[in-house]
Amino acid sequence: MTSYLIRNVQILGGAAKDIHIADGVFQEIGEGLTVEADIDIDGHGLIALPGLVDLHTHLREPGREDAETVLTGTQAAAMGGYTAVHAMANTFPVADTAGVVEQVWRLGQEHGYCDVQPVGAVTVGLEGKKLAELGAMHDSAAGVRVFSDDGKCVDDAVIMRRALEYVKAFDGVVAQHAQEPRLTEGAQMNEGQVSGELGLGGWPAVAEESIIARDVLLAAHVGSRLHVCHLSTAGSVEIVRWAKQKGWNVTAEVTPHHLLLTDEMVRSYDPVYKVNPPLRTAADVEALRAALADGTIDAVATDHAPHPAEDKDCEWAVAAMGMVGLETALSVVQQTMVDTGLLNWEGVADRMSRRPARIGRLTGQGRPISVGEPANLVLFDPAYRGAVNPDSFATRSRNTPYKGMDLPGRVHATFLRGKATVLAGELVEL
Amino acid sequence: MKRHLVSAADLTRDDALLILDTAEELAQLSGRAVKKLPTLRGRTVVNLFFEDSTRTKTSFEVAEKRLSADVINFSAKGSSVSKGESLKDTALTLQAMGADAVVIRHHASGAPARLAQSDWLRGSVINAGDGTHEHPTQALLDAFTMRRHLNPGNGRDLAGRRITIVGDVLHSRVARSNVHLLTTLGAEVTFVAPPTLMPIGIENWPCQVSYDLDAVLPKTDALMMLRVQRERMNAAFFPTEREYSRRYGMDGIRMAQLPEHAIVMHPGPMVRGMEITAEVADSPRCTVVEQVANGVSVRMAVLYLLLGGAVFADNAEPARTETNEAAQ
Ligand SMILES: [Zn+2]
Repeated sequence: MTSYLIRNVQILGGAAKDIHIADGVFQEIGEGLTVEADIDIDGHGLIALPGLVDLHTHLREPGREDAETVLTGTQAAAMGGYTAVHAMANTFPVADTAGVVEQVWRLGQEHGYCDVQPVGAVTVGLEGKKLAELGAMHDSAAGVRVFSDDGKCVDDAVIMRRALEYVKAFDGVVAQHAQEPRLTEGAQMNEGQVSGELGLGGWPAVAEESIIARDVLLAAHVGSRLHVCHLSTAGSVEIVRWAKQKGWNVTAEVTPHHLLLTDEMVRSYDPVYKVNPPLRTAADVEALRAALADGTIDAVATDHAPHPAEDKDCEWAVAAMGMVGLETALSVVQQTMVDTGLLNWEGVADRMSRRPARIGRLTGQGRPISVGEPANLVLFDPAYRGAVNPDSFATRSRNTPYKGMDLPGRVHATFLRGKATVLAGELVEL
Repeated sequence: MKRHLVSAADLTRDDALLILDTAEELAQLSGRAVKKLPTLRGRTVVNLFFEDSTRTKTSFEVAEKRLSADVINFSAKGSSVSKGESLKDTALTLQAMGADAVVIRHHASGAPARLAQSDWLRGSVINAGDGTHEHPTQALLDAFTMRRHLNPGNGRDLAGRRITIVGDVLHSRVARSNVHLLTTLGAEVTFVAPPTLMPIGIENWPCQVSYDLDAVLPKTDALMMLRVQRERMNAAFFPTEREYSRRYGMDGIRMAQLPEHAIVMHPGPMVRGMEITAEVADSPRCTVVEQVANGVSVRMAVLYLLLGGAVFADNAEPARTETNEAAQ
């Protein structure tokens, strides 16, 4: 196995040290290491972070391989500094059985660019009516612990209650896409000033908040773990904050795009900004940043949602919802959280690696950068400046709102258990 | 002025007055035996209608033919599949056919804006109504009608005139276009509707909001009734037709509350009974038929100014003499 010596790299933005990686683990960390290694990396100006963990990725395989495959999705993940992603269940067929989750998990293992941890559907066919075989998915080789009907809300209170109760048997967590269906019928963007002017159907904040409020009460009632996907409103933040103050077992995530973009961008009617939950207001963005900074929001999750060009190159009303995010997440977090002074690199490691790994119960990920630990690592160049060029993406789709935008920072290298998946900003042939 | 007419908000005061003044000149044409001008000879205008609208389509078609344009009617209804490919593919087809202008009516808000911003098409895009967003030529013909009654004369605007717009503002592209254009022309706009039919954030629009029609009537110079679709009742926007009609319908008693000079307008087609009684609809103060005639003049003006080589206000002197020559 190839060994690496990374010289003079700042660990979590702290002091510059050398890192020696061999046999899949951190062998030595210190100043002026003299060991021999197969590959030497000049770490000057780079920051070393634990490999990132995404709680919310759409890999599209099986079923929509024209948009993404497990291979291209995990390559994009590696390019973004990720060493593990949770693959959402809304595939074709839906990942609602042991067979499908094992298939996805095995593809991840075979390709080797990052760990793929499948998320199991909560209900059969994401239909919200009948619980899927949650236990069988957990008992499968994939060892599923996170369950979600993401893309759809488990809106039936009884089904949600049962799911929360049932997964306690194997320390599972239900990740809810909070969207009250009746309040969002025909919704196309955030309900507010801009939707009123544009004449687009509104997706009101209360449609998200009312479900989160109900779910934290349900989770408290049955004493289970709830994870709230992609928080997008200031009100949602308040509810999660309240639930945490009560001591309830509630965690939450926010996407990079909800930390940066607002519904003002929809004025262009460019479907690249069409996403679910929708882009909200500047006040919501501010509240989300503050909540991520103070830990009310536990994790940054990409909601990486690849779509082929034809699903976006059309009028707003019929365009698909979602944007790709794996390859730009760390840059957006640097811009919105680090460069603004809201979070230091230690905080970034916590919200993008440690806590998401803990929520997903991934024991080998989100570990400290210290001797003997599995060498899951990203080397990031925060001084890099350059316009985002989707043509250079590893993801199969190009639906990014950041095209041409100057975002700071770039992933220099990514290591999965001691094996480089990205070196000098390029994918490694595995 | 821009190459396209997608939103009434795109029009400056000078643009708007130029269109109204040009329309006034072109209106004289309809009184002649030969109603045609050679202005757009050899130019191709496509009417691209993804949604039925006999009135608007006919109005544009008449306007185009009076300007001698080659007219292609492209009815895309039914081909608007669940994916958006049809809009792009249709646009590419029209581009290949050499369309100089595309008049588009679409059920989706923003479709004309998308067409105008895309690289699918090089010609001018004229919005003939998109979803619940805008209908700028309707607003222009409304303003034209108001000016004729309330402040006639070239170069005049609607400064200080009080316009009341009643009905389903939430779903009305006519209301959205009118609030832009009328305020640009100096008018004061008041919307009247139940709160369920007002857009979120309307408090930041350049207009007044009232839930009480009777209180507003005496201070109204022009009253514009919007269409209310009966389906809205089933979606709980209001309890019953009867209650809507009592609170927001226009009848003879309410008409008597209006000042002598005030006019009653309706974009049509009217739902008699619920939103307007026959007594009002058929009264001489009601301008519905006039609005239809004015629609042709205004659309001719828009086509003429976008395609006839003349430029709108932010560039240079309008080609006024050309208009006169052509009209001879
Ligand atoms: Zn979701």
